[in-house]
Amino acid sequence: MVIERASRPTLLEEALAFGGPIVVFDRVSLSFDDKVILRDISFTLKTGHTKIFLGASGAGKSTILRLILGLLKADSGVIFVNGERVDNMTEDQMMQVRGDLGMVFQEGALFDSLSVRENVGYKLFEESNVPFDQANVRVEEVLGFVGLAEYIDRKPSELSGGQRRRVAIARAMAAKPRILLYDEPTTGLDPITSVTIDDEIIKLRDLEGVSSIVVTHQLRDAFYVAEHTASRVNGGHRIDRASVEKSDEAEFIMLKDGSISFEGNASELRTTSQRDPYISAFLS
Amino acid sequence: MAFLVDWVKAGLLEVQEFVRMVSQTSRALFTKPYYFRDIVEQFDRIGVGSMTVVLLTGMFTGMVLALQSGLTLDQFGARSMVGRLVSASMVKELGPVLTALMVAGRVGSGIAAELGSMMVTDQIAALRALGTDPIRKLVLPRVLAGLIMVPFLTCISVAVGLLGAWLITITQLKVASSVYWNSVVMGLYIQDVWMGIIKPFFLGFVIVTIGCHVGLRTRGGTQGVGRSTTNAVVAGSVAVLVVNFLVTKLLIVLMY
Repeated sequence: MVIERASRPTLLEEALAFGGPIVVFDRVSLSFDDKVILRDISFTLKTGHTKIFLGASGAGKSTILRLILGLLKADSGVIFVNGERVDNMTEDQMMQVRGDLGMVFQEGALFDSLSVRENVGYKLFEESNVPFDQANVRVEEVLGFVGLAEYIDRKPSELSGGQRRRVAIARAMAAKPRILLYDEPTTGLDPITSVTIDDEIIKLRDLEGVSSIVVTHQLRDAFYVAEHTASRVNGGHRIDRASVEKSDEAEFIMLKDGSISFEGNASELRTTSQRDPYISAFLS
Repeated sequence: MAFLVDWVKAGLLEVQEFVRMVSQTSRALFTKPYYFRDIVEQFDRIGVGSMTVVLLTGMFTGMVLALQSGLTLDQFGARSMVGRLVSASMVKELGPVLTALMVAGRVGSGIAAELGSMMVTDQIAALRALGTDPIRKLVLPRVLAGLIMVPFLTCISVAVGLLGAWLITITQLKVASSVYWNSVVMGLYIQDVWMGIIKPFFLGFVIVTIGCHVGLRTRGGTQGVGRSTTNAVVAGSVAVLVVNFLVTKLLIVLMY
């Protein structure tokens, strides 16, 4: 048995082909008691594209990822993921939707008691009918993809911060999800390690066709992901500067106090920063 | 006044969340999927792992009970009745309650700390994101282990307690072994044995469900984990004593 992506009806497959609306938020709002976290948020993530959420801490960036996963429920508004309306789904129904989603949590959120192999293969070993040998092959494959094949039998506590994030990416991609969500994937990492994480995000998007949402306040990483592309070369891969058209596929959303204060591509963000003091302060 | 209202609201919220967790666990008991490896692991950790502390507690409780009973019974020239006193006390009360208190200290705190750490490091959220229901994966195995292993541990504790008391009775009190064991049997009614067996099911359930509930409600980083661990032991121990009273009262009405 070869590990394949979850099947979808033909019509849905066509509708959500490259450039189709794979994640849609329509006027989504959320409050905790009197504190407004998100106010009338609307955006669309297109298949095979990247959406990058920027904003100060507490602006509501991570909350958007948790709403997509169904870990939180919106007070109002409509959310579509993979062609299904998820904002009114029960926890049991959400389990099906999550089969096609991968999430890289802040700090990795790896299971301490499990080895790297068990962490990466968790979904395949515990939540699928994939034979053990086949799952194991896939685990080795994705660990090779993130360059950590030799750490397969280590415990998460024996890894560095950057290695833990890469294992978290491997875990998120092991079951071949169509959508990957990254919550501050490079926060707290040195610039060199951050670039290796950024490269993984670019590789997954360009080589595996994964649609991604990246939440970050690390501008350098955000622009790097938007303005670079990966390609296969002689059985390996290469990261190059992307063309203008390719760069424009990555869209930025700036959140401020729970609302969208900017939406556009990298060049538009730079242009807007010259007249918007908040964005200017953020970019400087 | 506002403080009182908030306090009552917070209390009611805790009760609501506890009841919700218990009802979700009940549903998970009768529907797939099951995580058999986790169930076996928890039986080992909660049951076998608590064996040493339960053996020591049972043994020394039985021994000290025989010593103290011997002193009191001597005043009435009834030293030979020591087995009767020890068996009634150990089987009906001390065995179940002391075992439960020991398990509350060891297991309740461990569950709260483990689940609390998983909460504050997003591991519970990661489980859900990977398509696993934390109630089925984490809570149900612990509840099953608590339900089954606490009565089992109680039986061992009582048996070891009676052995410890026998040791003291024949060596210190100089009462014949056959007199002691005869007295042990004479002191027990079948209702006492039932009470000693039924109560640990309730106590085991209360300890692990409180540990799981407190762990899964942990907020506030490592400080929150410490707070949860303390709360699990305090709430678990108090709940053991309260539930023990209520179940004892109920069983007396039903059986005696």
